[in-house]
Amino acid sequence: MAQIERETNGQSGIGTTPILSVNNIEVIYDQVVLVLKGVSLAVPRGGIVSILGANGAGKTTTLKAISNLLKSEKGLVTKGIIEFDGRRVDNTTPNDLVSNGCVQVMEGRHCFAHLSIHENLLTGAFTRRNGKAAIQRDLDAVYEYFPRLRERRKSLAGYVSGGEQQMCAIGRAMMSRPKMILLDEPSMGLAPKIVEEIFGIVKTLNEAQGVSFLIAEQNTNMALRYATYGYILETGRIVLDGSADDLRQNEDVKEFYLGIADSNRTSFRDVKSYRRRKRWLA
Amino acid sequence: MGFFIEVLIGGLLSGVLYSLVALGFVVIFKASGVLNFAQGSMVLLAGLAFVRAQAFLGETFPFWISVAGGLAFAVAIMVIVAWLVEKFVLTRLINQSSLSLFMATIGLAFVIDELSQIAFGSEVYAVKIGIPREPIIVLTGLFDGGVLLNSVDLWAAIIAACLVLILVVFFQKTGTGLALRAVADDHAAAQSVGIPIPWTWLIIWSVAGLIALAAAVLWGTKVGIQYSIVFLAMKALPVLILGGFTSIPGAIVGGLLIGAGEKLAEVFIGSMIGGGIEYWFAYVVALIFLMIWPQGLFGERLIERI
Repeated sequence: MAQIERETNGQSGIGTTPILSVNNIEVIYDQVVLVLKGVSLAVPRGGIVSILGANGAGKTTTLKAISNLLKSEKGLVTKGIIEFDGRRVDNTTPNDLVSNGCVQVMEGRHCFAHLSIHENLLTGAFTRRNGKAAIQRDLDAVYEYFPRLRERRKSLAGYVSGGEQQMCAIGRAMMSRPKMILLDEPSMGLAPKIVEEIFGIVKTLNEAQGVSFLIAEQNTNMALRYATYGYILETGRIVLDGSADDLRQNEDVKEFYLGIADSNRTSFRDVKSYRRRKRWLA
Repeated sequence: MGFFIEVLIGGLLSGVLYSLVALGFVVIFKASGVLNFAQGSMVLLAGLAFVRAQAFLGETFPFWISVAGGLAFAVAIMVIVAWLVEKFVLTRLINQSSLSLFMATIGLAFVIDELSQIAFGSEVYAVKIGIPREPIIVLTGLFDGGVLLNSVDLWAAIIAACLVLILVVFFQKTGTGLALRAVADDHAAAQSVGIPIPWTWLIIWSVAGLIALAAAVLWGTKVGIQYSIVFLAMKALPVLILGGFTSIPGAIVGGLLIGAGEKLAEVFIGSMIGGGIEYWFAYVVALIFLMIWPQGLFGERLIERI
C-alpha cells in the first residue's frame, strides 16, 4: 500500500485541469438514507477513470449526482461541489448538462424499447441545434464504430441482444457530441466476449474522439485494464484510489476485487476474518 | 341491404366523434402513462371558449373572421391551460405513482368544469361554423331510395381524418414527435439524453387540448355546447379498451367499431329485446375485450426479454 499515493482532494495527477471534479459530496435519499459520505474524485480531460465497488457501494449514485438525474429519484446532494468543465452542475437541468457535453449511459442500457435502433440514435441528438447534415455525419460515424448497429438499424431496440443494446446506448450518447460520458456498468449481464468488445470501443472512442469516460464497474479486472485511474468505493466512501497499474498490484485489491490471493488462506472463514481485521481506513 | 348500409355508415360516422375524444386520452396516456380524467372537461372548456368568442366577434365582424377568431382564442386558452397544468399540477407530482396523477386529473376535471362555466356561462350554446345541415342521399343507383347520410357526420369524419393524419406525421416524422415517443417509452432514459420532461408535458397537453377543441366543435355542431358534453369522455373509455390505450390507430378503429356496433346492435338486436341497448352496448363489448384481449386491438404489447 505504500506505493499508492493517497490524495484526499481527488486530484489524479494526469493531464492539466480536470474536466470533472467532484468535491466531498454527500447524497441523501428520501431525506433519511445517507448514501454517499463525502466522495471526491476527478477525471482528467481525455482520461478514462473507473469507480469500482460492490453492489450498493454508491457507484450509480455518484454518477447520477454528476448527471443531475438524482432529483427524479428523490435523492439530493446535500454537501459538496461538483464541477463539470469549469461549471457547477447543481443548478443546471440534466438537459443543460447534456448540451454542455456531459451525458450518462444508464445502468441496464435503458434503450427506448419501442423505437428502432436508428430512432434511438436520433434521440441522442435531441439537444443539438447544428443542423441535419452534421447529425447525419455523426450517425454515419456511430455506425462505423458499431457496424452491428447498422445491420440492426430497423429493429426495435427492445428485441435486439443485450450487447447490441449496450452499443445502442453508447452510440446514442455519442450522438450528443459529448466531451464526457458517464458509463454505468457497461458489463452488466453481458458475455465476456461482448464485454471485451464494448470496452475496446470505449478505448477507441476515447482515443479517436477525445471523449473522457467515468466508468462505474463491478468487473474490476476489465475496468482496470482499460482505465488509467481508479477509485474504490465502499459503503459511500472512497477507500482507495490510484493509477490502474498500482491498483492492480495492490494486495487488498487483489484479495477483495480480483479474487487473487497469494497467501495460503484456503477457507472462506479466513478471508472473512482477514477482511474484518483489515478495515479500510477512511 | 340499403337499410343495413345506411345504419352502418351512420354508425361509423358517429363513431368518428368517439375516436376524436379517445385520441385526446391516447396522446396523454402515451407520453406520460396518465389516464387524463379531465379530457371531457377540456372538451367542454374548448367548446365554450370557441362558441363564446365566436358569438362576441360575430357582433362586429363578418362570419369567417368570427370563426377564425373563435378558433384562435380557443387554441390560446387550451395552450394556457396546458401550461398551467404543467406548472401547477404535473411538476408538483413528479415521481409520484401514476395513480396519484390520475387522482390529480379527477380534481382537475372539476376545476376546469366549474371555472369554464363561471367564465363562459352554463347555458346550451349552438355552434354555427357553416357546415351544411341538410342530409345527403348517395348511392341511389345501387339501392332503392339510396343511402341517407348526415352531412354533419360526414364533415366530422373528414376533419377527423385530417387531424389523425397530422398527428401521425407529427409523431412519426418530426424530431419533437420522436422525443415524445422516447419519453413515452422510458422517462429516465429520455432525461439522460437531454429531453426535458416538463417541456414534453406542455406539448402533449397542448396537443390534447387541440384535439379536445376539434371534438367540441364537431359535437357542438350536432348537439350544442353544454355541460353534458363532459360525459362524452365516458364513451371514450370503451373505445380505448377496444383499441388499446397507447395506439392512435387503435383509438380511430375502436371509435369506428363502437359507433357502428352500437347502431347496428340497436337496430337489429335491440328490436328483439325491446331496444335501448345503444346506451350500454359499448361497455359490454369493452368488458368482453378486457377478458379476452386486455391490451386492446392495437395496444402495445410489453416487450420483455428473457
